[in-house]
Amino acid sequence: MINFNKFYKPFNIISIILVTVSIFLLIFKGLNFGVDFKGGTLIELRTTDYQVTISTLRQSLSKMNLGDVNVKKFGNENDFLIKFEKKNNDINMIELIKNDLSKTIGNNFNFRRVENVGPKVSSELLKSGVIAIVLSLAVMLFYIWIRFEWQFSLGAILALFHDVIITLGIFSLFNLEINLSIVAAVLTIVGYSMNDTVVIFDRVRENLRKYSDIKIYELTNISINETLSRTIITSVTTLLALVSIYLFGGEILKGFSLAMILGVLFGTYSSIYIANAVLVGLKVSQKTVLREDNN
Amino acid sequence: MLYFSKLRIILVSIITLLFVYIASSNFIRFDDVFFNKKINLGLDLQGGSYLLLEIDNDPILIQKLQITTTTIRNYLKNKDIIFKDLKIVDKNIFFQINRADQEKVKLFFTESESEINPYYPQYKSHQFDLTINNEEFRLEFSKYGLIEIRTSSQDQAIEIVRRRVDEIGTNEPNILKRGNNRILVELPGLDDPMRIKSLLGKTANLTFRFITQNSNETFGAEKLSYEDGSTESLVSKRIILSGENLLDAQPKMDNQTNETIVSFTLDRVGSKRFGKATTSGIGKQLAIVLDGKIISAPVIRDAIVSGSGQISGNFTFQSATDLALLLRSGALPAPLEIIEERTVGPDLGQDSINAGIIALLIGFLLVIIFMFFKYRIFGLIANITLLINLFLLIGILTLFEATLTLPGIAGIILTVGMAVDANVLIFERIKEESKNEKNNIISFDSGYIRSKTAIIDANITTLLAAAILFIMGSGPIKGFSVTLGVGIFTTLFSVYFIARLLTSIYVLKNKDKENLI
Repeated sequence: MINFNKFYKPFNIISIILVTVSIFLLIFKGLNFGVDFKGGTLIELRTTDYQVTISTLRQSLSKMNLGDVNVKKFGNENDFLIKFEKKNNDINMIELIKNDLSKTIGNNFNFRRVENVGPKVSSELLKSGVIAIVLSLAVMLFYIWIRFEWQFSLGAILALFHDVIITLGIFSLFNLEINLSIVAAVLTIVGYSMNDTVVIFDRVRENLRKYSDIKIYELTNISINETLSRTIITSVTTLLALVSIYLFGGEILKGFSLAMILGVLFGTYSSIYIANAVLVGLKVSQKTVLREDNN
Repeated sequence: MLYFSKLRIILVSIITLLFVYIASSNFIRFDDVFFNKKINLGLDLQGGSYLLLEIDNDPILIQKLQITTTTIRNYLKNKDIIFKDLKIVDKNIFFQINRADQEKVKLFFTESESEINPYYPQYKSHQFDLTINNEEFRLEFSKYGLIEIRTSSQDQAIEIVRRRVDEIGTNEPNILKRGNNRILVELPGLDDPMRIKSLLGKTANLTFRFITQNSNETFGAEKLSYEDGSTESLVSKRIILSGENLLDAQPKMDNQTNETIVSFTLDRVGSKRFGKATTSGIGKQLAIVLDGKIISAPVIRDAIVSGSGQISGNFTFQSATDLALLLRSGALPAPLEIIEERTVGPDLGQDSINAGIIALLIGFLLVIIFMFFKYRIFGLIANITLLINLFLLIGILTLFEATLTLPGIAGIILTVGMAVDANVLIFERIKEESKNEKNNIISFDSGYIRSKTAIIDANITTLLAAAILFIMGSGPIKGFSVTLGVGIFTTLFSVYFIARLLTSIYVLKNKDKENLI
């Protein structure tokens, strides 16, 4: 048996620091929103000409009066991702850029993907993304509230916030792009983290009913250990699937799978160290669960 | 929990085989009439263009206000009611009525048979809301009045958009309403939406009007510039002909000048008017105006009574074809703006499919190797279950002809990783139970029973997240929520029927073995 409970304090302090730093990052550094949420244009360009580099592309694009142009490699040597916030509303814009580019870098390229999101749509997408995340947290709160006692709900929700905030904090720290698929990842993280917490809580409650003489501090540790191999195996298989998406699923899914990997790691950690520490802090006892049963 | 009736075994086997068959029909052609459904590939996988258009209803509202103002003026004059200061300010119509007439005038706008303020019985509302402040009457579009106008302009616009897209002949376009002022156009397989975009970006409002020197014409006149931006001309506001009078338009080659032109045929009303105007207007310049720009302004040499004519204007064959197409399909009721565009080339789509399949295979392989080493024979059972689970998932997506997107593939791979969870919960519970219970059948039985609440709880949480994504998400993300959500049901089915069946067969055969799991 591993004594997880010995480390509740130090890990909680680390978590509080991580969450605080993440919140600071989110407030002062902010998130790097992609075209989905900021509006603008994204072009994925593939060239067969090895002389084309980021700087040649940037040079030819900067002459086109497109505002702030961002060019970066995308996966391999021949693929580039061009992003800019569109200023004019010209329907032919993409065609004009194509023509202008062929004058400077030749004809050995094509646009593999073009995304153009207007300001109205991007603000709507951002709004519905935020609503989706808030709604999912609310629904989880409601679900766990009808399934468990309030002390458990608080523990699970704190664990959820912990996972979501730290994942977003890491995205802010490394300037990783937030787009629609990251919102999907965050929602899935919410589901996964909850799932992990609920399985341990189920066991805690079962043990609370079984043993009246064991203190919650010990009891959470017993429950964590009893469910530990499941926690590890499920995290490992989920991570195996996610790492496989990250490595082989193509560039477009990289951000999504990275967010999910972070979420699963933090989700597993938080169901052990945050959720259970809350139960200990709130001095949950056999009375807590028996009272509910009598109702 | 370990007992299975014969009937149930047969039923489970039939369902499994059926779904294996349905799922395989995506990869193997079975050449039969029995089942020929397939999973649809999203635009991000098969390549294509997604365009979201927004109708700018402002011109329609302004036009409506102007017409209503004229109607009110004539109506009140007819009824001998004195009014003053009839004007439009900020999409409101204002006018002043003496106190004596107020009750009477109020009724004109608020009775349900009102001739100037249409009543919509289905909404129990008029087109305009009336507020009276002292002597001032104010008309403002009512909530339902606005909805009615928006819906009807959306209905007209979607029809025109459909005609234009159909004329170009792309394969299986998908044209849908979004809200009451947007139109979604999905064009599978189209990797360069340039032409469609430029065709949809034009209102195609065509008028034939005389060029005039006199700016104080009865109908008024306006300065319009030529299409090439070279010069401006003063054009009368009197409309001789409009696009509505056109029966047909085709691009042609003029044999004499070797120039590309657009020839058109007029309907009866149009021919008559065109004949009259060209007869009386010989020597005058007739401007052909498209969306506020003059295409050309030829001088009338002969009266044209045949009901057909031609437009010239430095066309290339392409631009003449496009103009003819626009004229044939009719004018949009209001300008459209492309507010969102997502285009994926077919080669990127194919790359995404390949990457997705490779990631799925590798993810699947890693998981089954891990599970086999962890649980041996029961790992094998979990793996067979996982494989069948995949077939069930793909089978259900096929059955409902769901749209598979790249995030959707990610959802399938994620399901592979998370689906073993239920089996792991059961196996781990059985291990615990068998510490105190030597009878294998009893420990397996209670393992299944005792793990049930945890499994249901765990899956409901993921299902809730998927449901919210499905409601709030758009396009590709919706595809992710669908595979994730369906994956939960197939997982529960495969774990409780297939894995349990296999487990029971094995356990009943080896019930006296120690440390079975």
